[in-house]
Formats: sequence, structure tokens, C-alpha cells
Amino acid sequence: MARNEHYDVLIVGGGPAGIAAACCAARAGRRVAIVDDNPAQGGQIWRGMTEEWTAATQSPLAASWLRRLREAKVEVLAGTQIVARPRDGVLLAETDADACLLAYDKLILAAGARERFLPFPGWTLPGVTGAGGLQSLVKSGLPIAGRRVAVAGSGPVLLAVADCLRDHGAEICLIAEQAPWPRLVRFGCGLIGSPGKLLQGAGYKWRLKTVRYRTGCWPVAAEGDGKLSSVTFHAGSKTRTVACDYLACGFGFVPSLELPTLLDCRLDGGAVWIDDWQETSVQGIYAAGETTGVGGVDLALIEGQIAGYAAIDCQDHAARLFRARERGRRFVGALDRAFALREELKSLATAETPVCRCEDVSRQQLEAYGSWREAKLQTRCGMGPCQGRVCGTAAEFLFDWQRESIRPPIFPADVGTLAEIRPLGKQPGK
Amino acid sequence: MSTKAADVVVIGAGIVGAACAWEFAREGMSVTLIDSGAPGGGATAAGMGHVAVMDDSEPQFALTRYSQQLWREIVDELPDDCEYETCGTLWIAADDEELAEVRRKQQAYTRRGIDAEVLDAAALARAEPNLRSGLAGALRVPGDLVVFPPCVARWLIAGATECGAQVRLGTAAVEISDRGVRLADDSLLPAGAIINATGHGAERLTPGLSLQPRKGHLAITDRYPGFIHHELIELGYLKSAAAVGTDSAAMNVQPRITGQMLIGSSRQTGQESTDVDMAILGRMLRRAMEYLPALARVSTIRTWTGFRAATADKLPLIGRCSSGQRSSQGRLYLATGHEGLGITMAPGTARLLVDAVMGRESAIPPEPYLPARLEKGDSA
Repeated sequence: MARNEHYDVLIVGGGPAGIAAACCAARAGRRVAIVDDNPAQGGQIWRGMTEEWTAATQSPLAASWLRRLREAKVEVLAGTQIVARPRDGVLLAETDADACLLAYDKLILAAGARERFLPFPGWTLPGVTGAGGLQSLVKSGLPIAGRRVAVAGSGPVLLAVADCLRDHGAEICLIAEQAPWPRLVRFGCGLIGSPGKLLQGAGYKWRLKTVRYRTGCWPVAAEGDGKLSSVTFHAGSKTRTVACDYLACGFGFVPSLELPTLLDCRLDGGAVWIDDWQETSVQGIYAAGETTGVGGVDLALIEGQIAGYAAIDCQDHAARLFRARERGRRFVGALDRAFALREELKSLATAETPVCRCEDVSRQQLEAYGSWREAKLQTRCGMGPCQGRVCGTAAEFLFDWQRESIRPPIFPADVGTLAEIRPLGKQPGK
Repeated sequence: MSTKAADVVVIGAGIVGAACAWEFAREGMSVTLIDSGAPGGGATAAGMGHVAVMDDSEPQFALTRYSQQLWREIVDELPDDCEYETCGTLWIAADDEELAEVRRKQQAYTRRGIDAEVLDAAALARAEPNLRSGLAGALRVPGDLVVFPPCVARWLIAGATECGAQVRLGTAAVEISDRGVRLADDSLLPAGAIINATGHGAERLTPGLSLQPRKGHLAITDRYPGFIHHELIELGYLKSAAAVGTDSAAMNVQPRITGQMLIGSSRQTGQESTDVDMAILGRMLRRAMEYLPALARVSTIRTWTGFRAATADKLPLIGRCSSGQRSSQGRLYLATGHEGLGITMAPGTARLLVDAVMGRESAIPPEPYLPARLEKGDSA
């Protein structure tokens, strides 16, 4: 039978929000655990960072939180994927070796966000990756030194990714930001009240000063024979083609809402609704970080702390962070306006461009139908192993289609896991 | 909108309604097909798409065999996305008692002209190496086939449209009256004949049918080509499907042409929520693993639920409905109550209804399926 564990506070997601929540909740002998599908802690942004490494480099913030996490004696269940809710107060999770039932008194959802991909001709070529995706691959050991990389899409993350890839020896041939320059200028002026953000941005720009950064610029086609060799960009009134080995592409982030939806948490404007204490519409379930709206590391840390304190009834500690959270949210609003996706991006995919890569469904095939449900039934779009995470998000943007409700498993899971019996066994060959 | 009466208004664009629209349109009648949602979006999308001959009763056998013959007439025309494949069925006998039943079934099938052979334990192990050892044998019915029903429904509707049928999707029927079918937008569709093919929800338009919704769960796996070769069903499935009023789960695993597997099946009564129930899902998957232990490490991509429309005597309701006679003046026909056999029985159901409306003799006796058999004595 599946292993059983019980926690006073269980936190889903081991990024900044989850770590901050865990540190704050782990008081007075409470049993607290962070569960994360990644084998390494830190979430997407602090992935693979160790205290020693971060302290010695440019991330003292990460170092201090990782130290607090160690000192707080929080259990970290790495490589553990939440897949279902067998009953109230219990989550079913899967590891490489077994299935486990994780019961909790309080639950904090800090599962972050994922990158939005938009289909354009050639986007499925090997060599075209997510922006954060390529960064993760490089952090996990993909050799990038000397390789030519174009970074495209939208948001400050493009600078962060380019900076990291360059650190690992990549040659950044272009950063293409879809937002128009005047919007970014207004955004920059609005940061006068947030010198930290300005300095962070300026730091990236300084380190990337030799890299071409173009605004109002986006990829219209990726080309190559079997793998990427060049990308054509729309830039101003003309197009330009850039030779490269990788295109790291990210059009902003989409909160991961599968688990909150499965748990019946109310959504609001594409994110989890929360009250002042970061509590969702379901009593005893809290949410923090990108899952409540994409806001970056600083806001995630504040929200995580509030959720952690609130979950153990330390409202006074939590309330002291409200003002900082308010400032963070104003910044997020400005960010959203500055980097809003332009309408032209809806017409990048041609009739033949695949939108669903799992099931190889083109834009033209989808356009014959009036809803996500109908298109899914008739074309198999969204029925593959990604469970519609990529194509469903794209279809929402392209066609304004609403997706269906969420059903378990929220990630592909072994039959033995869902059956709550999973003896060790060999995986059958596919 | 034209107010000219259609010869036939079909309510429900599932596989049964789609087949009816197609058959009536092919007869040259004017047909309007309506549905509140997408074609094949209800139980049609929730089922396994198994087209099997079943012998729970003589009428069940007659209608499933007749329907399977009709399926064979169209399968070669189906486009690829209908995923047609003749994989055959293996009815698995776990022990000698079940093997005796397998032998009885084999005789019953062959006597009526259906190919069926008994596999002993060794032959079964050769046919399906992923089954656990120690099983007694199986009945192999090679002619059973599978399809992907939502795409077949779309294809049938397209065929009906080519013959002049009107299709109105996204509009719910709210009332069947003596003047026709009233829609949610308050418009009225006058009709010569009205077919209620709305599955387990048929009582919303035609009260008093005593249909019982029986909830089912299914899971689909990632691609494992060759893991199994036949649709596998434990012989105990028949007992499970026949049990009324209790929750049950039986092993029923089907290979898809994509290399994926569908894992079923469960039956629950008294359920209204469409949510996946992890307890019965787990029970169903454990049952499947008892037969196919290697499923433990097979990746499941999705699960879902649906509702079968069950009748008291396990036969569908096909034909003129007399309980609604006063309000619909005898023009109302039913095509529902197929329980788990709606995909299989859709073509036969449509033919029986065309015959009934046109006053023709049918290829099989229609009496066992007439709604009047189950009606309470309140109609004139």
C-alpha cells in the first residue's frame, strides 16, 4: 500500500514562496514539509542553488533563505509530484519509487507558474526552447559555451535568462522584446519609487551592454533542417534573420492552477483568489507566489511569509508584511501593463503551424471548431502527455477559448499510484 | 428562421442522435438535429467505443449483432480520426467455473453465426503475455471492433448534412409539445416526428421513463504499443454490469490504434456529480492490475466520467413513446436507455426508428425495445 505521512503544514512548491512559507510555519515543533516535483530545491528560479554557492555569488538573498530553511528543520520531499486528492485533507503523490499519501492540517499552495509558449512557424524545431526552460537545462548541465542563443518573448525574465546563459559562456545574438519601447520607458519611469528594481534591471543591462536588445521585436519563424539554424524576427517595419543554435522563447508566465482548481479553490482573473491572509476560498488552504498572480521573487517571498505565519495563527507577524506586499503588487500591475502581449502575436501561427505538439494538431484543424471542448474531442488537441498545458494556454490566447475543469491526475501518474498501491516494478517499454 | 415543419427533429447529437439524423436524411426526409453542446460531447465522448456482440439476452444479442453488421457497412468509409480497428474481444475466465461459462458462450455465439473460439490457459498466455499467469482461459470474439465515437458522430452528422439535414448546435431543447420542439431561445421547431435521443437526460424532456443514470469512470494511458492486443474483459464483467443498485468495478482494458490503453470500467448509481471519484477509480485500477500486473508502472494521462442511461430490463427504449402521447400527439419517439451499449447499438437503433416512422418492417423484431413495455399505466 502507499506510504502515509501527516503534516501540520504541507507546502506544495519549493521555490521562494514555498521556502518562505515553510520557514515561517516551522515553529513550535510543528511538522512542516515542502513537496516539490523537482529533484533539486529552489523552484525554477533558485533551482540547484546551494547555500555555499549562492553566498559566494550574486544571490545572497537566496543564500539567506536556504540557510533559514535548513535551520528551520523543514522536511523537503524532492522529486515528489502531487497528482490527485483522494479525499479531503489528503494529497496523493508519486516519486520514482513509490506512491505516498500526504495528509495535512493546513496546506499552502506555492506551485508557481510556467512559461507561456505561443506557436509560430518552426516553434517545434529542436533548438527552440522555453526561456526559463533553456536556463534550467543549462543549470542542469546542458553545455552552452560558444553556442549562439537568441532570447525572445516578453518581460524582465528575458534579461535574467540572457545574463545567466552568457555567464555559462553562451553568445547572446539578440534579445527580442515584443513590448514597444514607449511602454517600457513609462514602466522604467514608474520604478523611481523602487530603486531596488531599477538597480536590478540596470545591473542586467550593464552586464548585457554589448548584447543587442530590441523592443517591438518578436520571432515570426524559426528555420532549420531537422534542427534550428536561424530565426526570422519582425523588427520595426521589416524582418531580419539571425543565425543561431538556440531560440529561448517565453511570452510571460501563466500561474499553475491545476492543483488549486482540483481543490475547489476559487479563481479570479486567471489566478487563485486569496484574502488578506493569503487564505483561498477553501478554509485551511493558503496560496502564495505566482499561483496568486505572477509577481516575481520579492513578492513571492512576502506572500510566502504571510501565508506561513497565517497558517499557524501568527496573524500579528503576518500583518507586519502587508505594506510590503502592497508595494510589490503595485509593481506587478505596472509590469503587467508594460509587457502586455500584443495582438499581432495571435497571427504568428499559420494554418499549418502545429498548436498541439503532443498530438500534432495544426491551427487550421482547431479553427474548424467553436470551443476547446469540441476541438479537443474532434482533433485530440490537449489529450497528450502535456495534458493541454502548452496548447491549452496557447488556445486561450489565440481563440479566447475557456478550458474545461480539471480532473485527476493533474500530472501523468502511474496506474499503480492512482490505485494507491505501487510496488516497485519495471516500467514497460513504450 | 423557417417555420416549415421538418419531417423529423432529432434532439441529441450524440452517436445515437447522429446515426438517426443520418439514416432519416438518407431516406430523403427533412431532418433537423439539435443539441445544446458539441456533437458527441456527452456519453458518446465518455465511452470506450467498443462495438461488441453481447448475449445477455436474446433481444440484446439481436440488436448488437444487427448493429455490428451495420457498423461493418460504414467502417471502410470512416476517416482516420475515427480510429477504427478490429481488435476483437477476449472474455477472460479466471477459473474453471468461468471457463465453463466461456464454453457455453462459445456455443451460443457460433450457433448464431458469430465467430468465437475458446483459448485455453496456454493459448491465452501466448495471445496476451502481459496477463497474469494462472488464468483459466478466454473466449475470443475476433469480429468485435473499436472506434473513436466523437469523430464518428461528427462524420455521421456531416453525412446527414450532405443529404440536406439542418444542424443546430448550442441550442437546448426545453420542451416537447403538441406543436413541436421548443428551444431555449423560445423559438419553436414544428416537426412531423420527434426523436428524443438525449441519453440519461431524456427524462428532462420526456418525464416518467424511469431511466437510471449509471456513472462510469475511465482512464487513458500514454502510448505502449503492443502491451495488449485485444479488448480484454473479465467474464465477471457481465455480473458487474448486471448488478443493479450497487457500485461495481470490473477489468476492461482496450488497446487503441494510437498505442494507448483505455482502462475501465466502473458502475455507480445514485451519483449526480461528474467529478472523478478517487475511491472507485482506485478500485477499478486495482482490478485491472489484478489481471495485468505490469499496468502498475504504466503512465495514466487522463481520467473522466460519464453517465449511462440504464433501464429496468437492461434493454434500450427504441420506438414510439405513448406516455407522452397527449402532449406530443403520438409523434414522439425515444432512442435512449442503451446503458453501456450506445456506441454498439447506434446504427441498429437508427434503422429501427426509420422503420417505425415510415411504417416499414424491420430486419429484427422491434417489440423488445418498444418503450411501452416499461410504461406505467397512466397513458391512454
